[in-house]
Amino acid sequence: MRKGILNSEEFKEIVRGKNAISIILTILELLIYFGFILLIAYNKEFLSQKIYGPVTVGIPVGIGVILMSWVLTGIYVLWSNKIYDEKVSKMKEKIGGEL
Amino acid sequence: MTETVLGQPTFTGIAFFLLFVAATLYITYWAARRTRKTAEFYAAGRSITGLQNGLALAGDYMSAASFLGIAGLVSLRGYDGLIYAVGFLVGWPIITFLIAEPLRNLGKYTFADVVAYRLKQRPIRTAAATGALITVLLYLIAQMVGAGSLIKLMFGLPYEIAIVIVGTLMIAYVLFGGMLATTWVQIIKAVLLLGGATILVFLTLYQFGFNYLEMFSNVTQKYGEKFVQPGGLITNPIDAISLGIALMFGTAGLPHILMRFYTVPDAKEARKSVFYATGFIGYFYILTFTIGFGSAALVGQEIISKIDKGGNMAAPLLAEALGGEIFLGFLAAVAFATILAVVAGLTLAGASAVSHDIYVGVIKRGRADEKQEVKAAKIATLCLGFLAIILGILFKGQNVAFMVGLAFAVAASANFPALFMSIFWKKFTTQGAIWSIYTGLFLSVFLIILSPTVWVDILKNSQPIFPLKNPGIVSFFGAFVAGIIASWLTKEKEAEEKFETEKIRSYIGIGAE
Repeated sequence: MRKGILNSEEFKEIVRGKNAISIILTILELLIYFGFILLIAYNKEFLSQKIYGPVTVGIPVGIGVILMSWVLTGIYVLWSNKIYDEKVSKMKEKIGGEL
Repeated sequence: MTETVLGQPTFTGIAFFLLFVAATLYITYWAARRTRKTAEFYAAGRSITGLQNGLALAGDYMSAASFLGIAGLVSLRGYDGLIYAVGFLVGWPIITFLIAEPLRNLGKYTFADVVAYRLKQRPIRTAAATGALITVLLYLIAQMVGAGSLIKLMFGLPYEIAIVIVGTLMIAYVLFGGMLATTWVQIIKAVLLLGGATILVFLTLYQFGFNYLEMFSNVTQKYGEKFVQPGGLITNPIDAISLGIALMFGTAGLPHILMRFYTVPDAKEARKSVFYATGFIGYFYILTFTIGFGSAALVGQEIISKIDKGGNMAAPLLAEALGGEIFLGFLAAVAFATILAVVAGLTLAGASAVSHDIYVGVIKRGRADEKQEVKAAKIATLCLGFLAIILGILFKGQNVAFMVGLAFAVAASANFPALFMSIFWKKFTTQGAIWSIYTGLFLSVFLIILSPTVWVDILKNSQPIFPLKNPGIVSFFGAFVAGIIASWLTKEKEAEEKFETEKIRSYIGIGAE
């Protein structure tokens, strides 16, 4: 039974889909945050430019890192609620919820 | 503004605080009757909804130190305070993508459950509980010492008395009300803190006609363009990345945060709760940033740094300037509540590492009944609570700021790598986990002692032996390397076979408790 589940196309698809989205979003988050840190370390001038009145580039960029982090978790949850959960419940139905 | 009632007990401050204590003790009384079994004591009977847990996670994470500290940092150093705040948020997406659901599906009460899932129980539980306890203790000492000084600054209460009050209340919540009471204390605190900060931001923006530009103009006129530009916080990129790694992966390795995922009914609610938590915490940091700017503009750096050099009183001073003594009293009570909630969460997490992992898992070899385990957990709560009070008093006046950084480094290096590899890597072995945990633990503690943070700032040597302020980058990767090499050298057939069941349970939740 266990082997059956592990080798079934459905289960492999569930694992593939989940891993893909987890890895992509993790890499995005790493790029966003460490990109921000490296930008501060290497290009303070860019972040210090004024864009509107007294507001510097750094302010929307910093707030943007916070907002993007939240948006990425939102994308993950939305994807999981819509696509992942459905596949999982189909799979569970098929095997009757027992191992 | 010339006069402040800050530092004196005010009627409103005390009234709000007593109201909070009365409400939370009533909840504890209510929860006590629902806290008999282990699943109730450690995990609130898995009855918490995603939104409730989202608030409780935010409550666990938003400490008084981060509220008052980051607002203060922004008020004195402007943009650099924002950079600092961002680091504390970015671990939450990592928890969402990699940890929350497998953790919920695989474990029962502690993250050691997951690490030990297919490995040898006793050595793994000993190692994982050691990592958990050291993280919790470091964080707890920093919180207690911070609590004593903050309460002294705000209410004028003597340091030792403040510590004893905080310690006694937190023991009461956890001992009698377990996770159910602790969760509701967190929820109330999160709502009060978010609400209080929102009102403060509203009052601040009102002064500027609800126009952020006006506020930015005001501060740049007063303190110059430098105030809205990155300053001296990040100069050495490797140092900054090292701290970043510790904050990001440390958040995903904090035992009291991880434990919260067992309070919801299933992985779906666990996942939703991190989304809510990330939103609340992000919103909170944006509020804090605004409060910092507002206090620099409306109170002024001179007064802020005169009352406390670190700027910790920026937010209360702003509250007093805009909302009078009543609002200051309210905010001071909220800060007190915040401290209480955070230390209660930490105590519960520490106690469960002692009772569930060490006592039941190691000493009793997994054979203890419900009654014995709850009793052990309560004894552990009492001991840890008293220890926290004693350590809080012993560390009075010490520079404990580095302990938060170290707690995050230990969490990122001892807890996270082993947890991550046990979930995702088939060939991970018992030896791999042990080497990973102890290497991460040893490197983070040893290197921080040799770092500028301790070796120079505290031990007063002229040159650091290890150049980075936070050891994160070395200890985090070191723990992974040690775990991988040790796993390669020791094949564990049984663990590989069990990985199949683990995988099914992790991805689709069959067999999850």
